[in-house]
Amino acid sequence: MTVLRVENLRVEFGGSPVVDGISFEVQRGECLALVGESGSGKSVTARTLVGLTGEGSRVGADELTFAGQDLTRLRERDWRGIRGGRIGFVLQDALVSLDPLRKVGKEIAEVLAAHTRLSGTERRDRVVELLAAVGVPEPELRARQLPHELSGGLRQRALIATAIAAEPELIIADEPTTALDVTIQAQVIGLLAGLKNQDRSLLIISHDLAVVARLADRVAVMKDGRIVEHGPTHRVLARPEHEYTRQLLAAIPAEHTKGTRLSGSTGSAGLAGSAGGSTPPVRRAAGDVVVRAEGIGKSFRGPDGKDRAAVQEVSFSLRAAETVGIVGESGSGKTTTARITLGLTEPDSGSVEVHGQGWAGLGSAARRALRRDIQVVYQDTLAAFDPRYTVAKVLGEALEVSGVPRKRRRERAVELLELVGLGVQHLERRPLQLSGGQRQRVAIARALAPEPAVIVCDEPVSALDVSVQAQVLDLLEDVQRETGVAYLFISHDLGVIYHACDRVLVMKDGRVVEEGTVEKVFRTPEHPYTQELIAAIPKLTAA
Amino acid sequence: MRNKILRLVGGRLIAGVGVLWGAATLTFLVLYFTPGDQAQAIVGGENAAPTPEVIAQVTAEYGLDQPWYAQYLSHLGRILHGDLGTSYRLHTPVTQAIGEQAGATLELALAAAVVGLTLSTVVALATAKRRRWIRGIASGSELVIASTPSFWLGILLLTVFSFGLRLFPATGSHGLQSLVLPALALALPIAGVLGHVLREALEEVLDEPFIVSARTRGLADLTVRLRHALRHALVPLITMTGYWVGALLGGAVITETLFTRQGIGRLLLSAVNAKDLPVVLGVVLLSAGIYVLLNLVVDLLYLVIDPRLRDAPATARPAVGGAS
Amino acid sequence: MTVVTPANPAPPVSARRLRFRPGIRPGVYLAALVLFLLVLATVAPHLFTGQDPLAVDSAQTLRPPSAEHLLGTDENGRDVFSRIVFGTRTSLLLGFGAIAIALAGGGLLGVAAGLGNRFVENLIMRFSDIGLAFPELLLALVVITVAGSGTSNALIAIGVANIPNYARVVRAQTLLIRRSSYVEAAHALGLSVPRVVLRHVLPNAVKPVLILATIGVGSALVAGSALSFLGLGTPPPEPEWGSMLSTARDFISRAWWYGLFPGVAITLTVISVTVVGRALRLRSEGRTW
Repeated sequence: MTVLRVENLRVEFGGSPVVDGISFEVQRGECLALVGESGSGKSVTARTLVGLTGEGSRVGADELTFAGQDLTRLRERDWRGIRGGRIGFVLQDALVSLDPLRKVGKEIAEVLAAHTRLSGTERRDRVVELLAAVGVPEPELRARQLPHELSGGLRQRALIATAIAAEPELIIADEPTTALDVTIQAQVIGLLAGLKNQDRSLLIISHDLAVVARLADRVAVMKDGRIVEHGPTHRVLARPEHEYTRQLLAAIPAEHTKGTRLSGSTGSAGLAGSAGGSTPPVRRAAGDVVVRAEGIGKSFRGPDGKDRAAVQEVSFSLRAAETVGIVGESGSGKTTTARITLGLTEPDSGSVEVHGQGWAGLGSAARRALRRDIQVVYQDTLAAFDPRYTVAKVLGEALEVSGVPRKRRRERAVELLELVGLGVQHLERRPLQLSGGQRQRVAIARALAPEPAVIVCDEPVSALDVSVQAQVLDLLEDVQRETGVAYLFISHDLGVIYHACDRVLVMKDGRVVEEGTVEKVFRTPEHPYTQELIAAIPKLTAA
Repeated sequence: MRNKILRLVGGRLIAGVGVLWGAATLTFLVLYFTPGDQAQAIVGGENAAPTPEVIAQVTAEYGLDQPWYAQYLSHLGRILHGDLGTSYRLHTPVTQAIGEQAGATLELALAAAVVGLTLSTVVALATAKRRRWIRGIASGSELVIASTPSFWLGILLLTVFSFGLRLFPATGSHGLQSLVLPALALALPIAGVLGHVLREALEEVLDEPFIVSARTRGLADLTVRLRHALRHALVPLITMTGYWVGALLGGAVITETLFTRQGIGRLLLSAVNAKDLPVVLGVVLLSAGIYVLLNLVVDLLYLVIDPRLRDAPATARPAVGGAS
Repeated sequence: MTVVTPANPAPPVSARRLRFRPGIRPGVYLAALVLFLLVLATVAPHLFTGQDPLAVDSAQTLRPPSAEHLLGTDENGRDVFSRIVFGTRTSLLLGFGAIAIALAGGGLLGVAAGLGNRFVENLIMRFSDIGLAFPELLLALVVITVAGSGTSNALIAIGVANIPNYARVVRAQTLLIRRSSYVEAAHALGLSVPRVVLRHVLPNAVKPVLILATIGVGSALVAGSALSFLGLGTPPPEPEWGSMLSTARDFISRAWWYGLFPGVAITLTVISVTVVGRALRLRSEGRTW
């Protein structure tokens, strides 16, 4: 039985189409996934299905029916019966999707009050039942807590409880696992899969093909407001028909992509000669040690006035032309390790040496001189630049510090831009006039300006779409082959780490629990935590 | 959590003592460095012709011949005992002079606060995130009304409602009738500012994912606004309200003068004109006291509105916005 | 050279500009025009009126608006329009002067607090806490009690009273920028601390504060004319909007124009300053006007 039927749906914002004539159906007990990158129109589609497209939008469709009811003819009052009652909606990131000032239980009870005839006491009992049903331990206690007192995984479960509270026929989940750590992600996917088995229909919106692979019966791939490919999950993943789907699949970094190019190109602009076509990857031999961290530790004062260790006893070394990854979930101490390595945070114990020279005890002039050898690329590509500066000024400043004479700076800036796949036409742009991927390229160019021995990459691709991420990862690889720079590569994404790194440190609660070559750590993980992490990686094979 | 509140109240009180000490020091510095002879001022100003004996007696009584630090300490001591000095002009204790006028000003301030808060909240709730033209009209009127000085607004109100329609008396401080126009003149400009702040906050909150989330549960728009959005938007509103109520004393000077009402404002203005420093400084201390008290109330209100702050460090406090 | 890793194609620059600056609303132009005329009236009031703002004419007292006296006359037969035009200078001077003082003092203290060590920061912030306890009008009244009334005393008093507020805003802004990644990136490049402060921290901190100050000019102007209204600011017979309203209060029942137009001048000025300030703020935040 068809629960939802969408025929030629069009959504415009201010005259420009965001969703451009898409059609799909969801059957009872079935899970359909809409997959696409940012701007593909997938979230707008989801909101349109509950009549919350947003201000300034125009919606048109040849058919938009839910359980035989024509959604295009609904008035606001009719929508209220549908929303929450017959279509449950789960938004991404429950920290911002649950009212932070209200108790979790009240948010769930609100749905029951709107759509059922339960009395106050009955609602309270039902809330506890629901929380237990979505796998929240101690449901009575949790119902009385505020969202921020719950962990990310529990919050997401509570949000799912609000969506299923009135037993809707259809559940729409918009990026339900995006903000979660990988182990929690696996649990939430399991929970959603369980819902499907209870004869509910599921519509999943995601940018991540791997997440969808375990859940969806069918996949629709969206690009620029259109569905470019639509079919059973195993067929789409195994034999993609559309070029864009193939690109998306190829761009996902993972074990099997190691040493290959992700973006379907063969080498970056300035380096075309050095990497020929599809030559099998040859890992360069790592050179001398450029960074050595010895037993570093750092504590911060928590809100309760007690010291909390962010990093303890972390040691590693990094050789020229080598990439060492640091992987761990949020709060594991990755970023603190990066800042200590950069000499921006003073460690409480231990030491970091760059080229055999420790940060500790250096005068400010010597410290500044040493900084040129170790550069940084950040996750947030917009915050990383002075908003007033053009690309020319950003690079000019970096070159000035590196001692390049004024006359040569422009020429050198263009060389750097070409090295990262940009060109002279980008010189006069400001950060806001560049895309996220372009900004990250400029950030890499800036980091390369002083010809450093090491670049610390702090989640450099986490804010980027998968196809842009693929380009940036390829670029980092090219740059390393060309210049012999070493990377300290920080990421929460195990696929990215496996693809990009030679060796990896696995961090948990401020400590390194396992380290070794990526092949060894990923194939034969020894520490239970690493085993859990690796088991939780979503696999690109259909459920 | 109870500890938390005690700690916050304690911290605020200590900070409040600091502010009051600063205010007391300021009043001392003003008195000490004011050009002219203090003893002469005390016995009746420049026009009085006291005998040298009287001057000597006053000098000894007020310790004016003592070194500055002794004078400073006895100044602080007197304030601690609730002695704010004697009015040069009225020859009554300052506390008494202020106390006699406090009732009328309190009445005016309360009326203005109720009018201002109610008006701004209702208008903001009704117009936030509505159609373009509704928001345009609301924000336009807020801008005009917030840009109108209260003394001019008062003149307009008098022209229309007292001298034109003869609905309300132009002067006096007896009865509800005489309270209407002054309260409106004091409240409206601020209602414009508060309305603007609240509407901007509401429009920001109404874009948050948890509001969309609440809508996807099938809640009516009014329920979403009242149950989810308003509480978040109240934080900037009470911050502004705290500052505004503190500034009410200044506003009272204008309103009470314009409408010839009794009150601390009128007392202050005549003291300024007569160079009656003890009264002026007494009002300054009173204002600092009100400020300290208000800040404590505002801080406790933050905790009521946003339970997350109960777990956050004591310094966490919503930032104060600028003049807009 | 073969470009094999194409960068993400970005929309053409003109399209992006459009998105961030979709044109200025007519109201903003109007407000800017009003501000321009006000500044012109400050510099060259004779361009607007041929009448002497101080010329007394006992035969023409309290006349309603006419062709000869556009906005009527006051109790001494002086031309109200001319007095409003000539009063612009004092009123604007009060607003802008007071904010200039507040900006200079608050900026210096705020930057010191934002960049200095914990001791300096605490010291400055505790002082500004005390300062915040005194509403500007009250502090101005204290200054006037001690130093006497007059335009410059009123200006200084309002300016000083606003210092703590600006010190706080500047400090918050400085701290925000000091902790941003681009400042960290500049440090990582090896730029010296003074250079980072001069090139990145200060310019980015100053802009939002200047914009805020534009809006602050309006409230300072109102406070200044309030003092004149109370008879403590600009003394008569010099034309000033607040003191005109003060006299007009006695003639409400007989001369509506006298109590109306000076107030219109104040309100119009404050609206214009606010509209322009808000537009600048929205633009600097990359939002639509």
